[in-house]
Amino acid sequence: MKRFPGVLANDCVDFEARTGEIHALLGENGAGKTTLMNILYGIYQPDAGDILIRGSPVSIQSPREAIELGIGMVHQHFILVPTHTVSENIVLGLKGKFFFPEQAARQKIEEFSDRYNLTVDPEAHIWQLSAGEQQRVEIIKALYRGAQILILDEPTSMLTPGEVEDLFQILHSMADEGNTIVFITHKLNEVMAVSDRVTVLRQGRVEATLDTAKTNKRELARLMVGREVLFRVEKEDVQIGEEVLRIEDLHALNDKGLTAIKGVSLSVARGEIVGIAGVAGNGQRELVEALVGLRPIEAGHIFVSGQEATNRSPRDIIERGVCYVPGERFAGLVPEMSVAENLILKTYRDQCFGSGPFLNTREIAGRADELISRYGIAAPGRDTPLKLLSGGNIQRVILARETSGEPSLLIAAHPTSGLDVGAIEYIWQLLLAERERGAAVLLVSEDLEEVFTLSDRIAVMFEGEFMGIVSASDADLEEIGLMMAGAHRRPEQEVLA
Amino acid sequence: MLQFILSALRAAIPAGTPLLFGTLGEVYTERSGVLNLGVEGLMIMGSVTAFGVAFTTGNVWLAVALAALAGGLLALVHAFVTITLKVNQVVSGLAITMIGLGVSGIMGRQYIGQPLGVRFAPLEIPVLSDLPILGSLLFQFDPLVYISMLLAPALWFVLYRTRWGLSLRSVGENPATADTLGVNIVVVRYLAVFFGGLLAGVGGAYLSVVYAPSWIEGMTAGAGWIVIALTIFAMWDPLRALLGAYLFGGVRVLQYRLQPLGISPNLLAMLPFIFTILVLMASAGEAMKRRIGAPAALMQPYSREDK
Amino acid sequence: MRGIPTLEVEKRLTSPRWLQFLAPFISLILALMAIGVIFQALGVDPLFAYGKIFQGAFGSMYGLSETVVKSIPLMLSGVGLSLAFRARFWNIGAEGQLLVGATCATGLALAYPDWPKFVLIPMMFIVGFLGGALWGLIPALLKARWRVNEVITSLMMVYIASNLVNHLVYGPWKGPEEMGFPYTSKFSASAQLPRLAWTRIHYPTLVLALLLAVVIYLLIARTKWGYEIRVTGENPAAARYAGMSYLKTVVLVMILSGGLAGLAGVGEVAGIHLRLRYPGGISPGYGFTAIIVAWLARLNPLGAVLTSFLLGGLLVGGDAIQISLGLPSATIFAFNGTILLFVLGGDLFTRYRIRVKRRTTN
Repeated sequence: MKRFPGVLANDCVDFEARTGEIHALLGENGAGKTTLMNILYGIYQPDAGDILIRGSPVSIQSPREAIELGIGMVHQHFILVPTHTVSENIVLGLKGKFFFPEQAARQKIEEFSDRYNLTVDPEAHIWQLSAGEQQRVEIIKALYRGAQILILDEPTSMLTPGEVEDLFQILHSMADEGNTIVFITHKLNEVMAVSDRVTVLRQGRVEATLDTAKTNKRELARLMVGREVLFRVEKEDVQIGEEVLRIEDLHALNDKGLTAIKGVSLSVARGEIVGIAGVAGNGQRELVEALVGLRPIEAGHIFVSGQEATNRSPRDIIERGVCYVPGERFAGLVPEMSVAENLILKTYRDQCFGSGPFLNTREIAGRADELISRYGIAAPGRDTPLKLLSGGNIQRVILARETSGEPSLLIAAHPTSGLDVGAIEYIWQLLLAERERGAAVLLVSEDLEEVFTLSDRIAVMFEGEFMGIVSASDADLEEIGLMMAGAHRRPEQEVLA
Repeated sequence: MLQFILSALRAAIPAGTPLLFGTLGEVYTERSGVLNLGVEGLMIMGSVTAFGVAFTTGNVWLAVALAALAGGLLALVHAFVTITLKVNQVVSGLAITMIGLGVSGIMGRQYIGQPLGVRFAPLEIPVLSDLPILGSLLFQFDPLVYISMLLAPALWFVLYRTRWGLSLRSVGENPATADTLGVNIVVVRYLAVFFGGLLAGVGGAYLSVVYAPSWIEGMTAGAGWIVIALTIFAMWDPLRALLGAYLFGGVRVLQYRLQPLGISPNLLAMLPFIFTILVLMASAGEAMKRRIGAPAALMQPYSREDK
Repeated sequence: MRGIPTLEVEKRLTSPRWLQFLAPFISLILALMAIGVIFQALGVDPLFAYGKIFQGAFGSMYGLSETVVKSIPLMLSGVGLSLAFRARFWNIGAEGQLLVGATCATGLALAYPDWPKFVLIPMMFIVGFLGGALWGLIPALLKARWRVNEVITSLMMVYIASNLVNHLVYGPWKGPEEMGFPYTSKFSASAQLPRLAWTRIHYPTLVLALLLAVVIYLLIARTKWGYEIRVTGENPAAARYAGMSYLKTVVLVMILSGGLAGLAGVGEVAGIHLRLRYPGGISPGYGFTAIIVAWLARLNPLGAVLTSFLLGGLLVGGDAIQISLGLPSATIFAFNGTILLFVLGGDLFTRYRIRVKRRTTN
């Protein structure tokens, strides 16, 4: 039995898991699930509160100590060495036999394989294995080190449905043997399918701990997304113009070569903001990258202002009037360079900044000053290196750059992540102003409040597909929550506006 | 004809031996993720140290041992600069080469032209050395040749079949993972670089005490750079290094022997370098990378906060 | 409970301007001290040695002129390298590009000795530039297209070039009147660069070098290409995001970098040696020393002009102590290497700070 009252940021969390149970930890991103488990695994230290394992208080300073206490963690992104074999990965770092170290593991691996149905070939190289098989290696790795409490962080994010089934069977058999499983997820189907109890976290607080058998998806969804009053900003009624972006049945792969987007269709018109809601990791990043030419499109089409834009180069897309605020800020910035130099990153080729090969530094400086004052960027000067600015100001620089060119399509991914309230409000106003100007805006965000406040229509993304596209005014929070968790889908005919 | 081939083979092995020592060392260094371009400097420090010690003490084994130490110590400078100070590995390696060449030149100035009184006696292996053709071909080399021939499979074994080798390979492939599992990246890398230096020193010692034997300024004549190429050519595998070293050594020796046949020695000498580039190109494809690629973390300094 | 203090290296947010400027000098001084220690240990009087070096390089008109002579190829190659390194393209093969440039110019000179001077010399420069550019282009293409590590490829190309030169001077291009030495015939008068008065300074190349230093500086700082190069070097992801083509950037950079080194080669064969010789006789590692030139100058082409004089002076000084102290010419390599290491280390201090941290446990 493991109990864990702890302080996360501002809130107290009481969490308890029993021997032989599968306990799901449910919540959106930023709800605090991963932080909680990281504390358990010794990566962070709690500011207050205690951890008790089997009734005795413990202090966990590092993953090593966690392992010694019998806690094992299977991360969302596997930490395996691809060129090594399974058995080599399992024994890596352990003291043991000097010669043929992986032989010693073989016997135990077979034992675990039989006991829990974790079939995997000890001699296979990791790169040869499917995601599901790799995950089994991770589980065996934890078990081999004596784990009796197993934490799995979003374990099904990389698995096929068949592999998910197999995983559940494995978890059941492990729980039956007396192990404790903690299962972090945002997917309701899974919670209902495999867990005995579920704890719902929201914004760092425990909303409830329930017996799975005694609850249902609607209730969980409601607990997960909450029912706070969403504050609406003054939104003008804007005439919706012609379609600027059209995505038809898009398919794309992620960095590991697995399908990340399976058949996404969407249309965005001038004067509207379409928000893509969803827990991170469901294909949003890949979708945006595909739109701006940074990721190859396997199938389907993209049209910008009526023209074919599938698999065009980033330069091409930029020239069609598409501007992009990347989710990872520094993918679109050069921190060592000055503010002014960052501001011209997209526009330096324009004639106004210099005819022929030369850059007209005076023009650039003038423009920079203008943008700095217009967008209220707090910086000592236009020549200040960008890295010295605060997060909010860095974001203003990006937005200044991307919106000053009056794009026809603005794609903004996580534009306010990590920023303070003042910065958030400013950016919201900016996005709304773009909408009023007549730009088409595609917003990707994990922050439901943001999506609800700004969007005219909301598309919910889950496992590479849109579960539904609804108009914001008649969006039901509970329904959105269910869609985000994969438990609900809107009928096809409402997908394209 | 046969005579020609046999004599070429017989010459290739000693020519390849310093390359083999150097390559075995660099393989281990690069397997830990550190590129050491300073091999030329390490080897020549070994050469001058070995010659000096052998000259003054008459003890060849001591000479080899101290040469190894010289190489190892200079390599530690590279290790410190690139692992702890996280300085660019390429430039540091070049600096080490320059320092090695320069310091060895200064140290060796008194030995120029001096003959070496002591030698490594060729090892007589009972029965085998007296075999008619094979005897003189394979079994009358000096002890260092045999040591290198045994070292290659031994190092292969350690690399692939022991716990140390497993840790070493993980550090070079995926230091973040290895770190999480408790492998000490810094210690492993320091040891690997030091070991590489030791072997490079021995390789250099071989040149000045056995192969030449004499001291000439700059006598390694680019052997260190060939080692760098050879490490890639051997795809970071000690056994392939064995074959590759004799191949490259053979080319070096054959260069001049084939001249009467009209084959330009210099064009022949280019081949190892061209092959290395081809190997690099071939192993750049994703699929190939998995099988024969460079240690994935080669040349990337590791820092915990960068995770 | 107090913890154990540990030394940690943490990144500085800003480096003070004075530190950035002073750091190379401090490194230089520290390097000289370190070399002094090594000299002492090897039985050489460091102060005497330094005196001789300085005297040799700057103490006489002859010394000064020789310093200028040596700075020419260093300047050309160094400027080229500062461009390449700005794009984070590790061109280690400048030595090879230099040799190929020299070879191409030699080929032209030997083939058309009777062309008038005002045609032959410029053509030699052009051909030398193209040869070096081609040699530099190969690693660039391999990197851009197949992602092959440019350090190794450019380095291998040096040895291929070296062997090519050897092949030519021992073989087809060997000068019949050279008594078996690995030299080509001496260049005809129209293939020889004019020199300044009684010195060996081949001033056309010097002028070219100074001009190009300014041109490259302007290229980096003031043009759109230069901007693309800088962004590519600082943050390749942002470059992609902005639609910049890595292939185009790297190809351009290496054509220039290789070409400049090629020009250095032309200068050496047409201005100093007046023939092509075995590689070591053309360049005592100028291409590698140029790496120090560029790095010391913090990758600024104008700074490279100054550092090339400094390192040129060191090379001349190295020759001087060879004569007066009987030290081998390789001695100067030890100098260069140590300076490079200390400069690298010193660079570190401008970007990082060493803190004593105490790990506390509760």
